[in-house]
Amino acid sequence: MSSSTWSADFLTRLSMDITVAEIGLPTANLWHIESRAWQRFAELAVQQNLRWAAGWAEQVDNRFLINACFEKQGEYILLRTVIDDSNPELPSQATVYPAANRSERHTQDMFGIKFIGHPDNRRWTRHQAWIENHYPLRKDFPVHGTPVGITPPDMHYPFIKSHGAGTYEIPVGPVHAGIIEPGHFRFQAVGELILNLEERLGYVHKGIEKITEGREPDSLAKLAGRVSGDTTVGHCWAACMAMEQAAGVVIPPRAALIRGILAERERIANHMGDIGAICNDVAFVFAQMQFTRLRELWLRTNATVFGHRLLMDRIVPGGVACDLSDESCTLIKKEIVVLRKELTEVILALDLNSSLEDRLYTAGFLSEQVAAAFGTLGYVGRASGQDMDVRRDAPYAPYDQVTVKVALENQGDIASRLWVRYKEIRTALRLIEDFIDRLVAGELRAEWKTPSTGSEGLGIVEGWRGEIICHIRFDTDNKIARFYPRDPSQLNWPALEKLVLNNIVPDFPVCNKSLNGSYSGNDL
Amino acid sequence: MLRIFKKILTTGVVTERFKTPEDEELEQLGIEIKRHVDKKFSGSIAIRQVDAGSCNGCELEIHALNNPFYDIERFGVHFVASPRHADVLLVTGPVSRHMQTALLRTYEATPNPKWVVAAGDCATCGGEFGVSYASCGAVSNVIPVDVSIPGCPPTPLALMKGLLGLMSISA
Repeated sequence: MSSSTWSADFLTRLSMDITVAEIGLPTANLWHIESRAWQRFAELAVQQNLRWAAGWAEQVDNRFLINACFEKQGEYILLRTVIDDSNPELPSQATVYPAANRSERHTQDMFGIKFIGHPDNRRWTRHQAWIENHYPLRKDFPVHGTPVGITPPDMHYPFIKSHGAGTYEIPVGPVHAGIIEPGHFRFQAVGELILNLEERLGYVHKGIEKITEGREPDSLAKLAGRVSGDTTVGHCWAACMAMEQAAGVVIPPRAALIRGILAERERIANHMGDIGAICNDVAFVFAQMQFTRLRELWLRTNATVFGHRLLMDRIVPGGVACDLSDESCTLIKKEIVVLRKELTEVILALDLNSSLEDRLYTAGFLSEQVAAAFGTLGYVGRASGQDMDVRRDAPYAPYDQVTVKVALENQGDIASRLWVRYKEIRTALRLIEDFIDRLVAGELRAEWKTPSTGSEGLGIVEGWRGEIICHIRFDTDNKIARFYPRDPSQLNWPALEKLVLNNIVPDFPVCNKSLNGSYSGNDL
Repeated sequence: MLRIFKKILTTGVVTERFKTPEDEELEQLGIEIKRHVDKKFSGSIAIRQVDAGSCNGCELEIHALNNPFYDIERFGVHFVASPRHADVLLVTGPVSRHMQTALLRTYEATPNPKWVVAAGDCATCGGEFGVSYASCGAVSNVIPVDVSIPGCPPTPLALMKGLLGLMSISA
């Protein structure tokens, strides 16, 4: 935790307006306020440059707990208020923080909680799988729901319309032309120029939050590893961290180092895939072939050393389910040496290529102001000057033992997002070597302790896409009462609507790939 | 430009030899091929991939089929952009209720004769997600399935064997 004192000053400032009750959690300060001060808090927070990071609700008996998470300089505030279920409403924070917009709409759809003054209270997660005025995350909603034979399509969603001579609409999806996840994009265009883009997601909503209720820690970890398949290590780690906090379990040092190695390997695999795919979207196939080759080699090592190509189910509550032998460490280190050499060769060929320069520079521009307003995370934020990385700012084991160099760019275009990824690969390679050197003999998994009823934990890790926040509350008998994972995509998706403006429609795929949001992690 | 040529030449051909799998091998992998396939497709299949609710893990491995090691296109298997061009729908994920109609419409848009391949544990049996208010579970709960390739996610090798197994049976 950062040693800054802004939170104490802020608390003093707040107490002039709002009554705040303070409670400590290991990774955050928990502040209780009255529901009518919900928006006022946001107004004061934005003046202090606090970043809005996550929002979710829980039902406890006949009350709702509304939570919002804020961050500044690596220090997190978990803000909470309680409202009665007879008239569940409170003032919206989305009027102050655009980042809170979709999150509040999600809470509205899932719990039936009304955010007064919300700038856009159309439904978001709900299509037609359940009817209006039914709320899946309320305890009286059965997990199987009341489905009809064939769920009707979501025909009447009120999209924003454009009028005027020469403007036209292009609907795209949910089934896309490539091997990608489903979602709908509605473009308004004049000629080839994009005037407006509206995203309509929620197609891969699988009820993850609901079906985790009543699971035990091991089973929850497994599901958390499938919130977004490309971030299996990140989400699994965040969920396990939250559960371990609630249970008061400390993971062994060796397990922490192995988790670090797994997370950095996941980061590298995804970044390599993305760099290749970005180049492929502007028809530069050489890069795609080279990077998919390097990625495949990397995944094969994952399978040899850790037993799974994508590293699923390697992190378990209390530690890890895999070990590293001395031979494996040597193998990994050798591979890193070779990869560094190959990356240098390939990236130099990319850097000197004028056709890539033509397509990637200045395209898909995201300004620092917009990136900050939406709380944009990870490589998308860092390519637009958002200097935030949980590994450095709020370090957790094993990152508390090392120095994490955070790659930062400020041109905000597709090229910046590509270069941030490349620099992050280089940093991650060094981190893996560092973690291997620090490996100490010892246990892989701490003994599990059943957490007390109602105990909670907040896991915050830097996944490959950016900060992941995961909140977990336990019920009786080691059972989960509430699981909420906030994937970085939730905050990055709205930035896509902005960064494509004034680009041409044919550049949409490369703009989209440069952001690469998870649909599954967003829709849950 | 010279750098590119140099890298291509020094990389060489990394594509691996691959034998069309025998029935036994498919059985070992848990790959189930339910129906004999129409002769018309032997030699080449056009695939439309449909993510009906997957976590994106399966997509990553399907992507890998096109990398230089597997290069599945050399066997006449290629991915197309529209169901109207497709012989095969390669479906992943438990079918989310929000995707149910989209999947049915994609199925209808695919010309006959057509096959459906369910790839991954979720598509095969519902996986971690199962049936709920938001999920229809296995693909076979929504459209008829001809081939099931289990795995979470299935490795590119398992996917390749499943797809080629389909073609060899047709010959």
